Amino acid sequence: MSERPLLQKSGHSANLTEWEGTVQELQGLVSPRALSGETMLLNMGPQHPSTHGVLRLLLELDGETVVSCVPDIGYLHTGIEKNMESKTYEQAITMTDRMDYLNPMGNNLVYCLAIEKLAELDVPERAQIVRVLLAELTRINSHLVWLGTHCLDLGAMSVFLYAMREREMILDIFEMVSGQRMMSTYFRPGGLWRDVPDEFIPAVKAFIDYFPAKVEEYETLLVNNPLWIDRTQGIGVITPEDAIAYGCTGPTLRGSGVNWDIRKAMPYMGYETYQFDVPLGEHGDVYDRFYIRMQEFKESVRIIRQAVERLEKTKGPFRSQNRKYVPPPRSELGRSMEAVIHHFKLWTEGFSLPEGEVYVSIESPRGELSCYLSSDGGTRPHRVHFRTPSFVHTMGAIPKMSEGGMIADLVGVIGSVDIVLGDCDR
Amino acid sequence: MGVTGKLGNLGVVTTTLEAAINWGRTKSMWPMLFGLACCAIEMMSTQASVYDLSRFGMELMRASPRQSDLMIVAGRVTRKMAPVLRQLYDQMPDPKYVISMGDCASCGGIFNNYAIVQGVDEVVPVDVYVAGCPPRPEQLIHGIMTLHEKVKTQRIADWA
Repeated sequence: MSERPLLQKSGHSANLTEWEGTVQELQGLVSPRALSGETMLLNMGPQHPSTHGVLRLLLELDGETVVSCVPDIGYLHTGIEKNMESKTYEQAITMTDRMDYLNPMGNNLVYCLAIEKLAELDVPERAQIVRVLLAELTRINSHLVWLGTHCLDLGAMSVFLYAMREREMILDIFEMVSGQRMMSTYFRPGGLWRDVPDEFIPAVKAFIDYFPAKVEEYETLLVNNPLWIDRTQGIGVITPEDAIAYGCTGPTLRGSGVNWDIRKAMPYMGYETYQFDVPLGEHGDVYDRFYIRMQEFKESVRIIRQAVERLEKTKGPFRSQNRKYVPPPRSELGRSMEAVIHHFKLWTEGFSLPEGEVYVSIESPRGELSCYLSSDGGTRPHRVHFRTPSFVHTMGAIPKMSEGGMIADLVGVIGSVDIVLGDCDR
Repeated sequence: MGVTGKLGNLGVVTTTLEAAINWGRTKSMWPMLFGLACCAIEMMSTQASVYDLSRFGMELMRASPRQSDLMIVAGRVTRKMAPVLRQLYDQMPDPKYVISMGDCASCGGIFNNYAIVQGVDEVVPVDVYVAGCPPRPEQLIHGIMTLHEKVKTQRIADWA
């Protein structure tokens, strides 16, 4: 940072000349035609209704056609990875929620999986089932927000209102289990924070009975809608080869017809025991990515249905009994001196992980979400790094898909990739 | 506000100019469509079907700062974003109001580090702070109602 005072109480606007680049600095990023003034440079964002947050794109335009697209990220860089190094392993879970704020349970999950892998900590079956169930509910939740905002970008207001209505039901379930609508911090190393309440299963059942009809409703509105097809088919095409080369994952990759889903390829949390299909597209355009997510709604409901059945049959602990990592229940504290010692140790300095490093991946609603965790044997992470799908998609896929297209289709492309800037910048 | 219904069927309302202006300002306050992070999702929920912000005449979110009266700072403000935020605020026409939504915008929240501005009031003057991480839609609506109460007490003499 420069010496310039960034913050001014009132009166004058901040001096903006220092953060705005000159055209000469863009050499190599945009074509030489832009520097001679033949094509136009247009700044899109960071405050733009269709960039899904604070993404800034520098567009080089030849008339209405996008010649090149240079993403500028970091407007939401929060220093989460660095901040986690100063927290104990358990405290740092709260940070992970706020990375990809549409997928909080998934972020908790990948971080807890990394700790569990390094500590070789067991997770009881009941906790695994609840985790799968909530991760799939989170996927539906995230896809609902995607559907609403994507349609809003392309001019369909009513779908947004429907999608947010269904989303409230999921948020009520999250609030029921964790006390928070969005930032749940419900998954903990070795299992869950608390067991699910009695009302949980009826609430989930009510949702999965209600929701499939709503998906049909969205499909009636969009799938065969000529306006929707005009705006999405043949737009933002990426070939399977390019999609792999640019590191695309999740629905962005599967839209091009590549069968790659971490839940199938490298199963975690017992996903190999659930029956579900991986929907694939073939054209790699905006429509196929849209259609895949619509199918994923149904597959997620299918997984949730199986998980509810298993949860009803599975009793037992919701968290590991390994007292080196998991605090004892309060009822033990009055009887056991050992429990008091464990409790004291865990809540004053936290647990320490063995020295080493691990890398785990899960399938987030956006693609492959991975966590690299390095431990030096202490009670705080030595280094945590997240490989987030939004970052890879923003830097690679969006420029690739938008180049050669019309500027009006750019918002469709951004929406179809489903980026979350908190996930991208962290 | 006294009513003297003597002239015709319509009647006459007598009030002060101040009260009429302030009433007008509260009933069609247009917020800026400007989301930063997690709180923006809850701000969307507030606008959407269940919580329905249009009950307060505020459903029209304008994407341009030139057409908005209210900036809801929804999310964490980074050092990179702060000048942009200030520029957006300067572009808004008077009278303009700011609601700082959520802990991050109000005081930095759980992020006390190199990247996050510790409270958006270091950059722009804030009228109402809404606590929560993220605040529930009800809390944001309460913040908006609080702002409306504040606007209703404005004095013409203080304009200048």
